[in-house]
Amino acid sequence: MKSWLHQYSIVGRKLPTQEEPEPPIYRLKIFAPNVVNAKSRFWYFLRKLKRVKKSSGEILNISEILEKKSTQVKNYGIWIRYKSRSDTINMYREYRDVTVNGAVEQMYKDMSGRHRARWSSIWVLKALPVAAKDCRRSKITQFHDSKIKFALPHMCPRAPQKKYNTPFKAQRPTTIVQ
Amino acid sequence: MVFKRFVEIGRVVLVTYGEHRGKLGVIVDVVDQNRVLVDGPQTGLPRQTINFKSLTLTPFKVKIQHGSRTGVVMKALEEKKIMEQWKNTLWYKKLCSRENRRKLGDFDRFKVMIAKKRKAAMVNGQVKKLKSLHTMK
Repeated sequence: MKSWLHQYSIVGRKLPTQEEPEPPIYRLKIFAPNVVNAKSRFWYFLRKLKRVKKSSGEILNISEILEKKSTQVKNYGIWIRYKSRSDTINMYREYRDVTVNGAVEQMYKDMSGRHRARWSSIWVLKALPVAAKDCRRSKITQFHDSKIKFALPHMCPRAPQKKYNTPFKAQRPTTIVQ
Repeated sequence: MVFKRFVEIGRVVLVTYGEHRGKLGVIVDVVDQNRVLVDGPQTGLPRQTINFKSLTLTPFKVKIQHGSRTGVVMKALEEKKIMEQWKNTLWYKKLCSRENRRKLGDFDRFKVMIAKKRKAAMVNGQVKKLKSLHTMK
């Protein structure tokens, strides 16, 4: 499945100087759509945390972190900090997904829908899989049922191919799946 | 309205949209109210999450645990002979005939027309006979 976001592990440090020949090395885990954006976010965050800029630093390594079990449904807890119109707010949000990238994608879309928060105003502090017993949101715990069962009461029929999406159809749709 | 087909672990589904159109899969896990993790080893449907919008529930069900691996799903499908049951359904036959119709060439379409005419002639012949019997009575 093609995903929009990727998780990168970026390692960087300040450039070595006469005074400091072995500057400390920092590693950040960044969610970004591509490597270029990831490097940019790396410097953005590192600048806020340490006294180092892109011009006075270097990236030692950037590698993508791939999902180990991408066919297993997990509950993800995402800790974020975002700038609302008046102040910045800390949040803990939970999402169910198959990969951490998918969960973070969901979070960005959810935040933009619910709080009008854009990509640039959201900082992902931590995104980790959470055990089912530690989940706090009822929206997520409602799916923690080994015998889960529900009907699909209103299924809107979908054309099998985009080209068959016509504005007029010969028959009225059947929304019942039985 | 009593529902008979549910979204549940082990429900066999038919993919109706996307590159895996026409393939059968089994619901292995429920992600959330819109998506399920589906696996169809017998039909070449790779294990993935699919939205309900791209699926139709079938009346078939296998017994598996949530999150079962592909091998376990394959065994369960073979035990219950799901592919056989599916191929015996009218639904599957209709889908097949629809596909065949689409692939017909001009000569084949001519043959279909002749066959239709012949069938209609037989049916109408019988109808006429029954009607004349009825009026005579």
